[in-house]
Amino acid sequence: PRPFFLGNRQPSRKPPCSHFPDMLHRTLQTKLRALVGVKRVIDYTVKIRVGANGVVTDGVRHSANPFDENAIEAAVQMKEKKIVNEIVAVTIGGPKSVEVLRGSALALGCDKAIHVKLDSDDTQLEPLLVAKALQKIAGEVEADMILLGKQAIDDDCCQTPQLLAGLMDAPQATWVSSMEIADDKKSVTITRELDDGLQKLQVPLPAVFSTDYRLNEPRFPTLPNIMKAKKKPLQEKTLADLGITDTTPRIKVKAVSEPPKRAAGVTVKSVDELVDKLKNEAKCI
Amino acid sequence: DLLNLPRLTKQTHPQTTSIVMFRLGRQLLANPLVLVESARGNPTPATLSAITAARKFGDVTALVAGTGCGDVAAKIAKFEGVTKVLTVDDDNYTHGVAEKNAALVKAVQDANKFSHIVASHGAWGKGIIPRAAALSDCAPVSDVLEIKDDKTFVRPTYAGNALSEVVADVDPVIHMTIRPTSFDKATEGGSDAAVEAFDASGVKFGASCTWLEDIVEVSDKPELTTARVVVSGGRGLKNGDNFKLLYDLADKIGNCAVGATRAVVDAGYVPYDMQVGQTGKVVAPDLYIAAGLSGAIQHLAGMKDSKTIVAINNDADAPIFTVADYGLVQDLFEAVPELQQKL
Repeated sequence: PRPFFLGNRQPSRKPPCSHFPDMLHRTLQTKLRALVGVKRVIDYTVKIRVGANGVVTDGVRHSANPFDENAIEAAVQMKEKKIVNEIVAVTIGGPKSVEVLRGSALALGCDKAIHVKLDSDDTQLEPLLVAKALQKIAGEVEADMILLGKQAIDDDCCQTPQLLAGLMDAPQATWVSSMEIADDKKSVTITRELDDGLQKLQVPLPAVFSTDYRLNEPRFPTLPNIMKAKKKPLQEKTLADLGITDTTPRIKVKAVSEPPKRAAGVTVKSVDELVDKLKNEAKCI
Repeated sequence: DLLNLPRLTKQTHPQTTSIVMFRLGRQLLANPLVLVESARGNPTPATLSAITAARKFGDVTALVAGTGCGDVAAKIAKFEGVTKVLTVDDDNYTHGVAEKNAALVKAVQDANKFSHIVASHGAWGKGIIPRAAALSDCAPVSDVLEIKDDKTFVRPTYAGNALSEVVADVDPVIHMTIRPTSFDKATEGGSDAAVEAFDASGVKFGASCTWLEDIVEVSDKPELTTARVVVSGGRGLKNGDNFKLLYDLADKIGNCAVGATRAVVDAGYVPYDMQVGQTGKVVAPDLYIAAGLSGAIQHLAGMKDSKTIVAINNDADAPIFTVADYGLVQDLFEAVPELQQKL
C-alpha cells in the first residue's frame, strides 16, 4: 500500500511540499475513492432499558447509525455526479453488523464492503480502537475521502472522525452541512455547523469528514438495489488481519445505570392555574 | 475534596493514614490543563464550567491561543482555581482549526505533562480534544456529567437514557470534554494568576484546513445554553412565522431564549442553532416551556435536566407530558398568547 497515511508527522528535513508524491498522483487521477464508515446501533426509535449487564440489546431492533446514512448518501451523490468513482463501506462489529453493509451501505449504492468482524455482537470497541482499524482500512483501500457519521447514537462519544484524522495526520472537517468539491478534485469547500453559526473551510484531500443531518436526505433502498447488494463484494477481516492485536480498552465501563427519574408532574387546567403554580409552587417566574 | 478526607490523628488507623497521604499526594500531583475557548474577546461561559470541572483535579493551568489572546488571558487569570495562564498569540489558532490547535495542545502537553486536558463539550472543544488525544495515543472521554475522582467519570449514552460510569486509569493523561450544564461557572477570585507566553515556534502542522469565514449572527438575545428560561417550539407551531408567538413570550419573560426541535429545524422553520436535543444543544434552565412539541427521545435528551418543565400541547398523549412538571392540554395558539398576557 502507498505510504500516504503514516500516522507520524513528516520529519522537518523533508522538502516543504512533503505531499509531493500524493499531489502528483492526484493530478493524474480523475476520480476519487470514498471510504464510508457504518455502525450497527440500536434503532433510534427504541426506548432502551438498562439491565443487569448494561443496556439490553437482545431482541432489540438495530439499524445503521442515522448519521452514517448521511455519510453513505453523501458518497452516493458524489458517485452519481461522477466525482467519486468507487465507494467502499466498512463496519467494525460482531456477526450481525453485516446487516448494515448488505441492508444499508451496499443497497444504497456503495460498491464494495469490508466487515471487520468481532467475535461478539456485544463487544463495543472504544473509538480509539475503531479509529486505528479505520486508519488501516483507509490505507489499504487508498481512500481519498473518509466519511463518517458525526457520532454514534449509542455511545454518543462524537470522537471517531477526529481520532482518525489525528492518527492519519489528515485534515478533518466535522459536522459538515454542505460539501463542494473543487474542479481539480484536490480539495473540498465545506460549510460546517458550530454552536452559534456556520463556518466555511477549504479542506485539502485526503481528509476525514463527519456528516450531520443537514448535509442531505438519505434515500431508502429500493428492492432491486437490495437484491443487487447481495452480489456486491463483501470482504471479512479480523482486527488481527489489520495488525491490531492489543484490544485492551483504555477506558473501562464500571457501571451503567438509568438516570434518576423525574417526579411525576401534574396537569393544570388553565393558563391561570399554570401561572399560579409557576409563581407560587415552582417559584421560577 | 480535601475537606472530605478523614482527619489524621494519633488514633487514625495506619492504613487510613497512608490512604489520606496518598490521596493528598495525588491531588498535589494532578495538574489539569483547560483549553480556553473565547468569543468576541471573552472566555465562553462553557469554558468557565470547564474550569470548575478541572479544579476537582488540582490547580488549573489555562491555555489561550489565537490573535489577541492577551485580553482573554487577563480575564481568565482572574478566575478562582486558575493559577497559571499560557498564551500563544498566533493567528494559526484563532478560528479553532482543529489540526493546528490539536498540534499545539500536543506540544503544550509534551512540555508540561498535565494530568488532565479539559475543554467544554461544544463544537470547538469536540473538534480539538479527540484529535489531540490521538496525537498522544490516548483515549478521550466525552461529555462528562460528573467527576467522581481523578480517574472516574459519569457520562451519558443513548441520548442520556443510560449513564455510564467509566474509569480511565491506563493513559498517562486524560483528555476530556465536560457538559457545561453539569458544572457551575467559575467565579472570579481574589488574585490574578501568572500569565506567560508559551513558545509555540516548534509546532509543526501537517495538512490542515484553511479557514475561509465564520457566518455567525451576533444577537443581543439571551443564549440558549445559558438563559434562565427556555421556550421551545415543535411542529405544532406549523410554520416559522408562528414562532413569533414564542419570541414574544420570551421577551415578556426576560432572560429567556427560544429553542426548537429537530423536526422544525429540518423543515426550515428556524435556524439549526436553535435545535435542542441529543445532537443539538443541551440545556438545563430553571424553566423549560415546551410548546407544540411531542417530546421525542432525542429532544428530551437535550432538556430533561431542566429544573421545571412545562408542556403545552393539545395532544394529551404526547410523550412530553411524561417529563413535564406541569402539563397544559390546550391549543398553544390560545395558551401561549394568554400566558404572555398574564405573566
